Amino acid sequence: MDQEATGPQAGHDARLVRPGRRAMFRAGMAAGMVALAGRARAEAPAPPADDPWSQTPGPGVVSRVYGHPSHFEKDVIRRNVPFLTATPQSSVSFTPLQSQQGIITASGLFFERYHAGRPTVDPAKHRLMIHGMVEQPRLYAMRDIERFPSISRIHFIECPANGGMEWRAAQLNSLQFTHGMIGCADWTGVKVSTILEEVGIKPEGKWALVEGADGAHMARSIPVSKLLDDCMLVYGQNGEALRPEQGYPLRLLVPGWQGNVNVKWIRRIQIGDQPWFTREETSKYTELMPDGKARGFTWKLYAKSVITFPCPEMPVNAPGLYEIRGFAWSGLGRIKAVDVSIDGGVNWTRARLDGLVLPKAMTRFTLPWRWDGKPALLQSRAIDETGFVQPTITELRAARGVNAIYNNNSIQTWQVKENGSVFDVQLG
Amino acid sequence: MSSSARIAALALAGCLLTGPASASGHGVLYYGYGTTPTARQIAGWAIAVRPDGQGLPPGKGSVSHGGDLFQTFCAACHGTFGEGEGRYPKLAGNDPLTGNQPRPTVGSYWPYATTLFDYINRAMPFPSPHVLKPDQVYAVTAYILNLNNIVAASFVADATTLPKVKMPNRHGFIWADPRPDTHDTECMNDCLKPDQVKITSTAEGKGITPRTTGPLDTSMPQ
Ligand code: HEC
Repeated sequence: MDQEATGPQAGHDARLVRPGRRAMFRAGMAAGMVALAGRARAEAPAPPADDPWSQTPGPGVVSRVYGHPSHFEKDVIRRNVPFLTATPQSSVSFTPLQSQQGIITASGLFFERYHAGRPTVDPAKHRLMIHGMVEQPRLYAMRDIERFPSISRIHFIECPANGGMEWRAAQLNSLQFTHGMIGCADWTGVKVSTILEEVGIKPEGKWALVEGADGAHMARSIPVSKLLDDCMLVYGQNGEALRPEQGYPLRLLVPGWQGNVNVKWIRRIQIGDQPWFTREETSKYTELMPDGKARGFTWKLYAKSVITFPCPEMPVNAPGLYEIRGFAWSGLGRIKAVDVSIDGGVNWTRARLDGLVLPKAMTRFTLPWRWDGKPALLQSRAIDETGFVQPTITELRAARGVNAIYNNNSIQTWQVKENGSVFDVQLG
Repeated sequence: MSSSARIAALALAGCLLTGPASASGHGVLYYGYGTTPTARQIAGWAIAVRPDGQGLPPGKGSVSHGGDLFQTFCAACHGTFGEGEGRYPKLAGNDPLTGNQPRPTVGSYWPYATTLFDYINRAMPFPSPHVLKPDQVYAVTAYILNLNNIVAASFVADATTLPKVKMPNRHGFIWADPRPDTHDTECMNDCLKPDQVKITSTAEGKGITPRTTGPLDTSMPQ
């Protein structure tokens, strides 16, 4: 029996802020208190009284053979926008970035994007076929793939439709829904170059078709040069086997490029001399410009950032000192700097980059902020090692109009009101 | 691993290495893992079709046969005439690609007819993908092209005719990435006049954001 799930206690007091929940916490304590006997009947849940969990042993080892988050974190889940798609099997769910504590997205919270649901692939039966313009076509079982020299790398994966609802105007009042089609993990696998050099690519072989074993038989064309540069065939995620949601037992990782080309459940790589122009690179994942022409093969994810505290889900309450927190990332390399504005972009202050600053990985930034209780317009602006500066939505619209859907990497504005509540707004 | 690195690795490992890895040089596998797929195995999986027709299987299908198949396998979601039921994609239509609500379809947007065969073959019908026979895929492909007024009712789709179909938006794409197309700068102070900072839109009160606490929100706003 999971004791934690039944107790009336709440455990959030030490958190930076969760307005509303503090009040809930007190009410919950008061209600729970009545039921509790003995010393816990103190007026406040503070020293010197012990709480019940300090006066009884908890469940023993293996009471949970596979651990999961505290019951009190039950609201921290992947969520979806039901009206976005016809069916949940060809749809997307969003990472709760408002609760992500470091650059690694918990495997169970990593956003999902399926085109034919999440298949259950038997690793014993799974195969990777490599053929086409190669010297030696090859068919590999998982144990073959795992035998190749291996590497681990931390990289983000972002769907290029992240923020796609916000081209025309501010729509969704939530960090999870405006920015949650991203996750960052420690991936383990084999470099694609190791295997392609093994099979030998013929000189004319410039393009690869990568294909999944799911019902969509997801297929994309990728230049061989990118595969040889830094792509991986991944079977490990955050220290354990790749999750089914992420392509178990094998996925392609294409660092810094749009999520869709990171084909999950990958079973085939065909080498050819020209692209295939599959449905996912013509009908979808192309960007309509104002003149009706469309851009295709816009794979790279340019520099982007967002403030994760405060945000609509994590407002502020009383004036005082806070730490602004957020993430920045670039598909072109390392994050060089992040600037934060509290006045809608008039003045900027350089934030502190915290912890690992890795190429094509989420990077954490923080900045102390003394909130005076007045309205504020919070923004963050990422600059990557190529010198690219994250644009405003106004600049993006001037360049691409409002029908592009994909590759919205604009600066996010959070409006903080006098009562501390936070809203998704756009400035002109 | 480069070939010189391989040689170095071999030298280091010395006589400990045996088997396929000890044989080096072109055409010989260094690791030697896996098997060589048979022609039948490759043919079973190699379903990708290119605009020049490479990958199209033998077989053929007519518009009229495609119409019958479409009613059986496709119309429940895509509508009898490809108009799209509910939120399911519309497959026919000639709405403009510009303006406020562009609705790209096979007819108005797709650059290649071969992509239609490829996609239907690999991903449709949605509840049971990749079960139609090549003749059936050719037929529904012909039907959808005809719904879009791209081919005549007498059209028969096969490996020769499909690559020759001229799609209206064939030249509507730019395949070279023109970015960076924005040029924001690292300005730190007085980058705008304070009175230039105006809220032009807000998500507040729009009422379309699913809740982000409590159980999953399944409601559908208007
Ligand atoms: C159960 C509903 C359903 C049925 C039946 C179905 N489809 Fe689909 N179809 C979908 C969905 C959902 C998508 C979008 C999938 C995605 O984007 O991942 C789709 C997408 C398509 C597209 C691509 C549309 C575009 O503009 O990109 C084509 C073409 C298509 N279907 C053809 C067919 C054909 C032909 C059949 C019958 C053989 C069929 N479908 C049967 C649900 C269905």
